[in-house]
Amino acid sequence: MIEVVNLTKSFKNVDVLKGINVTINKGEKIVVLGPSGSGKSTFLRCLNCMEDPTSGSIIFNGVDIADMSVNINVHRQKMGMVFQHFNLFNNKTVIDNIMLAPIYVEKKRMRKLRFSNPNGEEIKSTKQIKAEAKENAMKLLKRIGLEEKADVFPSQLSGGQKQRVAIVRALAMNPDVILFDEPTSALDPEMVGEVLELMKELAHEGMTMVVVTHEMGFAREVADRVIFIDEGVIAEEGTPEELFGNPQCPRLKEFLSKVL
Amino acid sequence: MGNLGLKIERFIEVFIDNGGYKEVLTGLENTLKIAVIGLIIGIVIGTLIATVRVLPKYKVLPKILNGICTFYVAFFRGTPMVVQLLLSYYVALPLMEINLPSVTVAIIVFGLNSGAYISEIMRGGILSVDPGQMEGGRAVGLSFSKTMLSIIIPQAVKNILPTLGNEFITLIKETSVVSFVGALDLYVAFNRIGSNSYEFMVPYLVMAIIYIVLVLFISGLVKLLERSLRKSDRSC
Repeated sequence: MIEVVNLTKSFKNVDVLKGINVTINKGEKIVVLGPSGSGKSTFLRCLNCMEDPTSGSIIFNGVDIADMSVNINVHRQKMGMVFQHFNLFNNKTVIDNIMLAPIYVEKKRMRKLRFSNPNGEEIKSTKQIKAEAKENAMKLLKRIGLEEKADVFPSQLSGGQKQRVAIVRALAMNPDVILFDEPTSALDPEMVGEVLELMKELAHEGMTMVVVTHEMGFAREVADRVIFIDEGVIAEEGTPEELFGNPQCPRLKEFLSKVL
Repeated sequence: MGNLGLKIERFIEVFIDNGGYKEVLTGLENTLKIAVIGLIIGIVIGTLIATVRVLPKYKVLPKILNGICTFYVAFFRGTPMVVQLLLSYYVALPLMEINLPSVTVAIIVFGLNSGAYISEIMRGGILSVDPGQMEGGRAVGLSFSKTMLSIIIPQAVKNILPTLGNEFITLIKETSVVSFVGALDLYVAFNRIGSNSYEFMVPYLVMAIIYIVLVLFISGLVKLLERSLRKSDRSC
């Protein structure tokens, strides 16, 4: 589904990623580990071109999205992202946070259909689009038990609630893959559990996930494959059993001895 | 002090009996028109310029636009409003052979001028919004402009509202320079009453009071607006 070929990224004169090659298959759960400053977050942010790769390509559903001439927005709609600091829209209520992108995309599609509609698809009115988006958003909120918070602003939610809303905001676009950038690192310890629980649920439903995290328990339990990035290259990769049980490279051994 | 009563009498005579109030009303209307429409034009121009200025600069087009905006801001902040007004009314428009009423010219010049100031205010406002907001918008597939319009600018406006109110007040008071191109504003109206009654003390005093009342009224409006926009903050 995603094929990363020779990905490099430099900021000014600092080479953060020095040639990463990785293939992510549909339904796979990948956990990315690494010491701080190793480039793991940069790697994740390059996957949806939040950071433009310096060189290399990222083939997503057959299209090289690292190419500056492709319309990245269209591909990002199928590639959800969850951030460490949630990044919910502060000026929108919870439900508007979830509905904003689906409404925008559907409206755009309808506008195009009005010009050319070869399959005779039904053209929905803005009202219809909004009603459908709202229904779907409420369904998602119900799923995480926050339907009564639909009309409050993000500032009135706890960290764990914010992150769960951020996850369903990504889900509302029916993405093919969701990228998680340290989703539990900014949370109070007692809220980590609820977020991880939701992520595990998604994993069991077969969502393709790429997760940068320090939660070793989650990695062991959920990951199909663990990637250890150090100094901008993949130092080791394999199943969690292989990496945690029998680490090969000395840097990984050192890292595990510190975090486990 | 004995003749203050006489002066007030003279003022009332010219103001009411000779129809001076009609000119004052027209003047008030023009002052408000110039300030309000000027502010709206200014906000639109200012927001556009501010957006161009925060654009990533590694492509050619943003660089060119940025250059134009820098020049624009430098020109309109670097010359007095009167000069801009005179240049437009007596130089630019005659050269283009366009004939516009002086109030319209004033509105346009005020808009262009406040656009330059508001662009800097707005740029500060945009920069004060957490960059994560832009990332959040782009990550769900919204375009740069959609994220800007729906997420960043509303939050920026909330942050800069007090300063924007300040700009509006400045505009109201600055309208007194439009007499240079022969437009009738509050100052001109009262000046005429003064000339007609050969007595300037009371007309200018009343003029000052009207300006103050206007400004207090606007400050109140801004405060109300601020309060309603603060709904999304934790404080309520």
